[in-house]
Amino acid sequence: MRSLSLTSERAGHAWLVLLVLSLSAFPWYKDASLIAGPGASALFEALSGRGWFWPLIVTTALLGAASLTRSWQASNLALGLGLAAGVFYVWQGFAIGLRGPSAAWVGDLFARAQDGQTGLGWGGFLAGIALIGLLSDFVAARGFCRGERFPAFCITAIVALLTVFVFFPILKLGLAAFVDTDGNLALATFWARLSAPDLWGVGCFFGDGRCGVVVNTVVLGVLSATFATALGLALALLVNRTDFRLKRALRAVSILPIITPPFVVGVAIILLFGRTGLVTGFVADLMGVRPSRWIYGLPGILIAQVLAFAPVTFLVLLSTLEAINPTLEEAARTLGARSMKTFRTVTWPLLRPGLAAAFLLAFIESLADFGNPIVLGGGYEVLSVKIFFAVVGARYDLGNAATLAMILLALTLIAFWLQTRWIGRKSYVTVTGKSDAGLAAPLPPALKVAVIAVIIPWVIFTLAVYIIIATGGFVTDIGRWDLTPTFSHLETAFRFEFVENGLQLYGSAWDSMITTLWVAGLAAPLTTLIGILTAWLVSRQDFAGRRAFEFGTMLSFAIPGTVVGVSYVAAFNIPPVDITGTAAILIICFVFRNMPVGMRAGIAALAQIDKSMEEASQTMGAGGATTLRRVVLPLIRPAVFTALVYSFVTAMTAVSAVIFLVSARHNMATAYIMGRVEAGEYALAIAYSAVLMIVMILCVVIIQVIVGTRKLGRRQELQGRPAQQPAE
Amino acid sequence: MTETAIEFVDVVKRYGSATAVDRISFAIAKGELVTFLGPSGCGKTTSLRLIAGLELPTDGQVRIAGRDVSRDPASERNVGMVFQSYALFPHMTVLDNVSYGPTIRGVAKTEARDRARAILDQVGLGGLEARLPSELSGGQQQRVAVARAIVQQPDVLLFDEPLSNVDAKLRRKVRAEIRDLQQRFGLTAVYVTHDQEEALAVSDRIVVMKMGQIAQIGTPAELYERPASAFVADFIGDANLIEGRVQDGTFTAAHLALPVTAEDGIVTATIRPERIRLASGGAATIRSASYLGSRMEYVVQDENLEFLVSRPISDPRLAPGDKVDLQLDPSDLILVRQDT
Ligand SMILES: Nc1ncnc2c1ncn2[C@@H]1O[C@H](COP(=O)(O)OP(=O)(O)O)[C@@H](O)[C@H]1O
Ligand SMILES: [Mg+2]
Repeated sequence: MRSLSLTSERAGHAWLVLLVLSLSAFPWYKDASLIAGPGASALFEALSGRGWFWPLIVTTALLGAASLTRSWQASNLALGLGLAAGVFYVWQGFAIGLRGPSAAWVGDLFARAQDGQTGLGWGGFLAGIALIGLLSDFVAARGFCRGERFPAFCITAIVALLTVFVFFPILKLGLAAFVDTDGNLALATFWARLSAPDLWGVGCFFGDGRCGVVVNTVVLGVLSATFATALGLALALLVNRTDFRLKRALRAVSILPIITPPFVVGVAIILLFGRTGLVTGFVADLMGVRPSRWIYGLPGILIAQVLAFAPVTFLVLLSTLEAINPTLEEAARTLGARSMKTFRTVTWPLLRPGLAAAFLLAFIESLADFGNPIVLGGGYEVLSVKIFFAVVGARYDLGNAATLAMILLALTLIAFWLQTRWIGRKSYVTVTGKSDAGLAAPLPPALKVAVIAVIIPWVIFTLAVYIIIATGGFVTDIGRWDLTPTFSHLETAFRFEFVENGLQLYGSAWDSMITTLWVAGLAAPLTTLIGILTAWLVSRQDFAGRRAFEFGTMLSFAIPGTVVGVSYVAAFNIPPVDITGTAAILIICFVFRNMPVGMRAGIAALAQIDKSMEEASQTMGAGGATTLRRVVLPLIRPAVFTALVYSFVTAMTAVSAVIFLVSARHNMATAYIMGRVEAGEYALAIAYSAVLMIVMILCVVIIQVIVGTRKLGRRQELQGRPAQQPAE
Repeated sequence: MTETAIEFVDVVKRYGSATAVDRISFAIAKGELVTFLGPSGCGKTTSLRLIAGLELPTDGQVRIAGRDVSRDPASERNVGMVFQSYALFPHMTVLDNVSYGPTIRGVAKTEARDRARAILDQVGLGGLEARLPSELSGGQQQRVAVARAIVQQPDVLLFDEPLSNVDAKLRRKVRAEIRDLQQRFGLTAVYVTHDQEEALAVSDRIVVMKMGQIAQIGTPAELYERPASAFVADFIGDANLIEGRVQDGTFTAAHLALPVTAEDGIVTATIRPERIRLASGGAATIRSASYLGSRMEYVVQDENLEFLVSRPISDPRLAPGDKVDLQLDPSDLILVRQDT
């Protein structure tokens, strides 16, 4: 049984055949089925007046002729023709827009250019894939990736995908900031948008009026990051420096925010502290103060964000604390330093890089957060929400949204840049990693009191929030303390019946639930595939531009979801790639946003595995794909598991980018929940969220069963080194 | 003339601005065991990987079995390689490791397993087929690696420092096993090592490398007896290097003046330690004496020249401070051009 491999001489011909078919046998434009027949193909369209296909068709024909010569893949002619075909392919897509030619001379040249053209369909996309395949084949024949076609194809394809789905939308969005509503270049408009007083105003600091949205965003980010870091530090100290018993429980709790759907924490906070909230009512009765709406605005968002980001800062600071060599602190104490002094002079300076990293991480998350500000914001506007309303609100203004998005992106990139600088700098913390040489210094008593004082309110608060989430959907109205158990909310959302012709779903939430499961179920394996593949390419292939490639993939992670959302709106509701309103755009969005996580996990796992195992596989005749499947993947299963779970859960709970991309036909759970929250149907939102969390946990268990765990855990074996056993 | 199995024609391999292999050419005959020998970093591993296709040359041609494979990836060449770390697949049994190659190349599963079993028997691992690599000793793991490399009857078998993970005591035995196997199967083999003794023991021919270039190619005896440069003389075995000049048929260096047949010019004379004889009572002084079991090694100071001298243990024993007379036979001198 010979496995199909791209590593054969025939690969080039196969790509060429695909290109020819895509031009002559499949419908070029969208909204036609794959088997619509050649009548709608590029060739027939070209014959009937759409002459802008001729350059591509003629180049393809020339390539066909060139392919008859020996070792054509390595020839300059083939590479030249291939590149030309690529250029003509891109050109035909942009030369003619939806309503006509993009330049006058194009209109003069082709009779039917005035008709315009719609987005690419099957033929168009297949032609793109075929061109990527051909070009990767040509560069491989010239020694790119040591002549291996599979990695060469993967790199070319991933670069092309990143270009289309990450860089192109951002570029398009950047351009949108500079044009007015009619699509003309308008620097004055851009300047007016950029310098608008509702962006940069600092009135709130001086007690007269409100602050600009940028100022609001930064203030929120700094406060939220500060408190989250403090809380994370308290938790990390508790776990690492005391004999606290419930460490495992704490770690488990720190995972909760990851699988908590957005909005629901905000809703819980409203139910507790809103004007008619439980705590508000209690306090009002007790102290006789008038209930107010104080929670809406900065305080509410801040509470929700600190709750959400503390686990992240906790994990960062815990690993920093664990890396501190106890002998340093021991040395200080043997020199007679008191415990508080040891902490101040030894431990604290060693912690500082970790603190900075945690702070910046929380700051970046706060900038990107959309769910909490939109529920709890009240009059306090932040960038992500304002961008949303500029696109989705009554006054559609893409130019304004683009300007705001660019500001948000710039803030995020600055924070990222600072973060890589901090983390990139070699610190003396991890000289020896964990050491058994001594015990970590116990906390000074004063500090211990402070830690506990911070943590107790957090515990109570978290408990209250999650009790509301767990019960709120299953009682009549938790907001009014009506605790009569009921399934009515659940029934509204998920009612179903078995009737004669099978299962009938009546609940209002079924559509979004099913779409969400489909989208997450498709996005997770694709994200994992691309993430792990990228990790493998970055850590195993030695190719020109590798650093840029790695940086490009990470960049897609840095872009806040809201920015991704508007950029997709700006880029993908017009030809040539017109995919707005499809399920595909949701999947694509998740794949490219979450792929860097799989990549990071993959890179870390691959660093543990001796590269020569893959080389051995190659010398035995296995191409890159086979080696990946039979040697690499079985050894990095934990990373595959991490990537799958992360991308699945994120696809289920993400909201910031998705909210721009959902449509009536393809609605997502989070968007549905947001609608319920806006309509004040809190119990329904909570019920749905609880169901979502249960479904997610079930799915994670299923993934665990499918992927399984690796049989061999011993590090030494993974290195491929001979085991240290007595020789015979 | 025997068939050529591997040929390098002006092969260059650069990593960025660094040149790992600098325009080397050689040919290896079928059935031959050739060693790449040289100090660390001289480009041995890179040359081996160029044969395997794990690196592609920046310039020049690599030919295997008469075919230009310079642009072919490793998976399309027919080579077997034994890696320094053995690189066994830890998640596969011994049998699966060895039958991996044939199955990849399209052999039916049962047939591939039969072949693997046969080879495993040949290398003395019958009965261990179901074990995981981690359940084998280091020596057994190496034999699995060898079995895995030869099961596909490769055009060439490549070894990268195969003894570096073997106990010092066992090295002699293992290298004899490798040599025996190579001859039994009539395989063409290329063997990388930095240990000159190992190279002398196993090779048909040795390629001595220095800074990415070939210093000399020859049989072990040729390299030992007629080194082409001071570098080779020094690297293969021990040698005394004496810098001096030849004029009118006389080699002079410090107080030495020996008759030679060579052109005039600046040269380095090399002489092996065991070719120098010592007689008691002379102008030279023993600086140090080392007892090495089978022989004695002396460092002798003769005016401002220092010589390493090796004498059989049966010779009269000398002690530091003893006065001796150094006796050089001019015919033992090998004159080489100055290294640049
Ligand atoms: N992948 C690589 N990238 C950059 N330089 C390399 C790479 N591989 C080898 N080199 C360099 O090429 C030279 C030769 O290396 P190598 O062939 O491994 O030497 P040897 O095996 O003789 O010790 C060394 O200077 C080494 O640093
Ligand atoms: Mg080496």
